[in-house]
Amino acid sequence: MTDERRLLDEPLCVINIGLELFAQDLEAAGVEVVQVDWRPPAGGNPRMAALLAELEDD
Amino acid sequence: MPIHTQVIQSSYQDSVVLMRLAGEVRALPGVREAACFMGTPANHVLLEQTGLASAGSRAARPEDLILVVDAATGAEAEAALAAARERLARRQEAARAADVRPRTLDSALRRLPGANLAAISVPGAYAKLEALRALRRGLHVFLFSDNVPLEDEIVLKDEALRCRRLCMGPDCGTAYLNGTGLGFSNVVPRGRIGVVAASGTGLQAVACRLAALGEGISHGIGVGGRDLSAEVAGRMTHFALGALATDSATEAIILISKPPHPEVLPGLEAALARLPKPLVVCCLGAPPRLLGRVRWVETLDGAAEALAAGLRGADWSPQPFRDPEAVAIRLGRLRSAGLCLGPDVLGLYAGGTLAHEARLVLDPLLGPVAHGDPCPGTPGHRILDLGEDRYTVGRPHPMLDPLIRTERILQAGHSARVGVLLLDLVLGRGTHPDPAEPVLRAWGQGRAAAKADGRSLVAVASVVGTPGDPQDLNRQVAQLAQGGIEVLPSNAEAARFAALLIRPDLERSLLAGG
Repeated sequence: MTDERRLLDEPLCVINIGLELFAQDLEAAGVEVVQVDWRPPAGGNPRMAALLAELEDD
Repeated sequence: MPIHTQVIQSSYQDSVVLMRLAGEVRALPGVREAACFMGTPANHVLLEQTGLASAGSRAARPEDLILVVDAATGAEAEAALAAARERLARRQEAARAADVRPRTLDSALRRLPGANLAAISVPGAYAKLEALRALRRGLHVFLFSDNVPLEDEIVLKDEALRCRRLCMGPDCGTAYLNGTGLGFSNVVPRGRIGVVAASGTGLQAVACRLAALGEGISHGIGVGGRDLSAEVAGRMTHFALGALATDSATEAIILISKPPHPEVLPGLEAALARLPKPLVVCCLGAPPRLLGRVRWVETLDGAAEALAAGLRGADWSPQPFRDPEAVAIRLGRLRSAGLCLGPDVLGLYAGGTLAHEARLVLDPLLGPVAHGDPCPGTPGHRILDLGEDRYTVGRPHPMLDPLIRTERILQAGHSARVGVLLLDLVLGRGTHPDPAEPVLRAWGQGRAAAKADGRSLVAVASVVGTPGDPQDLNRQVAQLAQGGIEVLPSNAEAARFAALLIRPDLERSLLAGG
């Protein structure tokens, strides 16, 4: 089975990054969900954050 | 003017929490206005533009919270700021008392190793970073964030295709996977119809109309509003159509979008022709036609109706109104009350696709319909999509926060030009718990202002929702109707009804069946 098809056959299991409201709605619908305590990375500098992410993936 | 500002360092809160906090502070004694922002570059621009910036606010970093209060007295402003600080402290205390939450995607994955999807709604400037990380960890992505640069979208979708993962968005408001709604989603039954949508409210409107017709959806895959642009070239639309083509739960497919870019259209038409399942396409603004087995229709409710009829072996043809007799009676009732309407229709929309659809319906009936804010006093019909990026910088989407719209309903009451207000209400999970209430309150005041000037103001609305939604479609419709708002069964019908109010001579063509 292809990867995109597998998502359409499996129950959702979600990591929520951002609006907590969406995690609450998913939980209420019986979906397994973990909320990330997100805050702007690298002191809020998107360019610096992108550089750090590249280093992390190397 | 006693405007007081306070910066609370290292106190990141999401936009919904900030909206609620601002609402609580606004209700405190003496407070005229309150705003809560994170110190992002976009918000600093907004504060400068509105004259609310101060030396203190300018020093705020993206993870710092800026509170701005305008109150009758300095003491009341200070008291409101203290109350806001206390509420935030209580919230942080409650968060500490609850489970310690993971701070990164990787630590979240250690806690939930079976995760198959990341739902991402961080500010647009950081969205690419988080989404790329999720795709590279093997997750599908639902990307709600807006204000994401086009070049970032292309990078994300290329990476998704390389990993064979869905990248739903950016700016994806709604999706349904395996019966579960993501983002702004209605409570609709599962069924046999799969939807690919470059439009969140379009997907909601189609899913709700299908539900009313006794059909359900297998999956609704959002792809983001720019997917069929020349630059993005349908990357995710093609991928999603392919996934639904081989999905055993999907018997038929609906595609919803704005018109594909002319360079993208031939490839899309070829792909649609190859799909082995019944298919209806609604690319708002593209002409209705039958291309092989593929039916192109003009409206969202038309897409749902045409496919449902096709699956049942029934004929379907588009009609201006489902019940023209009822519309004629309603018009007669309004006119007999002696309307004195201004000449213009003003559409105030929360749903972007619904705004676009209304413009397309009104244009041939009323002449040119403008889009976006005019210079004050500019004549002419106008539709505003209040969910556009330009209105939502630093504040939540109007489906969450009614303030953007209610301010404008009040202004309309004072305008001699506006005769008909055209509105959409979008229900479902994630949206305002009772959208009819603030609309009715503003409408009551707007109508009273018009009446005091010897004018009439008619409000025409449609509601996207189901009886199973938390807000309950039937309850919202009844509330609006009791408050004097004309509720039509679809957005396209609401737009046609608005046109009939302005141009009675259209009755012959639009109500011919009655």
